[in-house]
Amino acid sequence: MKTTGLITRRRAIVAGLASIGGLVAARMPRDLPPSYGNLLRMGDTLTYATHRALLPAHSLVREYSLGDLTSFPATGTTNPAVSVKSALGEEYRKLQAGAFADWRLVVEGRVARPRAFSLAELKQLPARTQITRHTCEEGWTAIGQWTGVPLSHVLDAVGILPTARFVVLHSVDDWVDSLDLIDALHPQTILAYGMNGGDLPIAHGAPVRLRLERQIGYKSMKYVRRLVVSDEFDDGGMSGSIRNGWAWYNGI
Amino acid sequence: MDDAGGHARWVRVSHWIGTASVLVLAVTGVLILMVHPRLYWGEAGNDLTPAFLELPISRNHQHGGWEAPRPFFARAGAPVSASRTFDIFNQNGWGRSLHFLAAWVLVVPGAIYLLTGLLGGHFRSRVWPAASELAPRAVWRHVVDHLRLRIPPATGGPRYNVLQKIAYSSVLFAAAPLMVLTGLAMSPAIGAALPWLPRLFGGYQSARTIHFFAFVALVLFVLVHVVMVAASGFRRQMRAMTVGE
Repeated sequence: MKTTGLITRRRAIVAGLASIGGLVAARMPRDLPPSYGNLLRMGDTLTYATHRALLPAHSLVREYSLGDLTSFPATGTTNPAVSVKSALGEEYRKLQAGAFADWRLVVEGRVARPRAFSLAELKQLPARTQITRHTCEEGWTAIGQWTGVPLSHVLDAVGILPTARFVVLHSVDDWVDSLDLIDALHPQTILAYGMNGGDLPIAHGAPVRLRLERQIGYKSMKYVRRLVVSDEFDDGGMSGSIRNGWAWYNGI
Repeated sequence: MDDAGGHARWVRVSHWIGTASVLVLAVTGVLILMVHPRLYWGEAGNDLTPAFLELPISRNHQHGGWEAPRPFFARAGAPVSASRTFDIFNQNGWGRSLHFLAAWVLVVPGAIYLLTGLLGGHFRSRVWPAASELAPRAVWRHVVDHLRLRIPPATGGPRYNVLQKIAYSSVLFAAAPLMVLTGLAMSPAIGAALPWLPRLFGGYQSARTIHFFAFVALVLFVLVHVVMVAASGFRRQMRAMTVGE
């Protein structure tokens, strides 16, 4: 009788684990980012698939009050006019001198109406202000207030095609990154032009940066200049996170 | 329960999968900590806010490479922004991914181990200390014996003495769950889906600080564990936990 009990328990455990595995497998995103046969990135891909399968698509991160704002380090590129040695850096210096009046955000790719938005045009779209925690992969966190246009409004304005699956972002400091549509259409995913009640400072990505609140800080790209809607995963080549040794999905 | 057979096979397999995973987690955990060797309490903490504890590890310790801070608001004590000028030590590109990979290695064997141990009575009958064993006088006698290194010879598995039971139970039912929960609490995606989890620990940075102290406790456990294995008969114990007896 004891032996029978043990086998039943073992079967119950196996069945339980198998059904969780089956649930993950069934709800996995159809298009997983390639792991390049790299064991490390397979772990990241497993995390991505599990988060997408088990976590709600539109859960919101915690929003704080004004009294919670903290000091906020600026890391990575903090002024492309100085540190970016290509034509993009020179162009940025001129745009900055003109208070970004001539700055444009190009939105193209798999969209019905490709378009270049000026800063004023972005500000005419419905705005969202959120006070959220920036979680840096280094281990520090900071709370800031961000004002901007939800990326979903920008994508609505250009009309993404039904086959679209990713939004690829290009920055002035030559970084390329991408989001799946669950993150891109998330209500707290915004193109921020304001921080803590003022214009977005140069050091924090002026004139426009991404805020992607359910992932680690480096996914919130600073100095965004171009969005490309894509049907396929684009690793960004030599400018992408993967070739530079970083995980593509970092909700963990 | 029959304890003549030494460690059950599922215990031996779980032990070594756990060992490999925890070793990688510990090394990569220190690597990650070296990138920002400052601990805080609450939700937020960074180089521009006071630390609860600063660890003198890696060149990032008190590097001071910051431009002059600029306040966000025109009032005394307002939060500031400052640009970093220091080229920090940072191997998190692979360190974090390897940390999470090692954690994944533990998920399925860990779940099987915990369920089997709970449902099969292994934890209740062999690991969890019985009330009768916890008499202060008896526990104290064991402590004194251990401190004098009067270690009973290896039995090659259960039965465990009360100090072993206390140590294994603390790891299995306190430190390990705390490690997993504080780890998950630091994930921005999981924090959005399960907001009670970071709140349970008082915020992201509190969870990170608890994660660190649980790591310290686990390292101390492993050190004492290895010393005890050596003191009680290393060859016999290793045989018992590998090929079994």
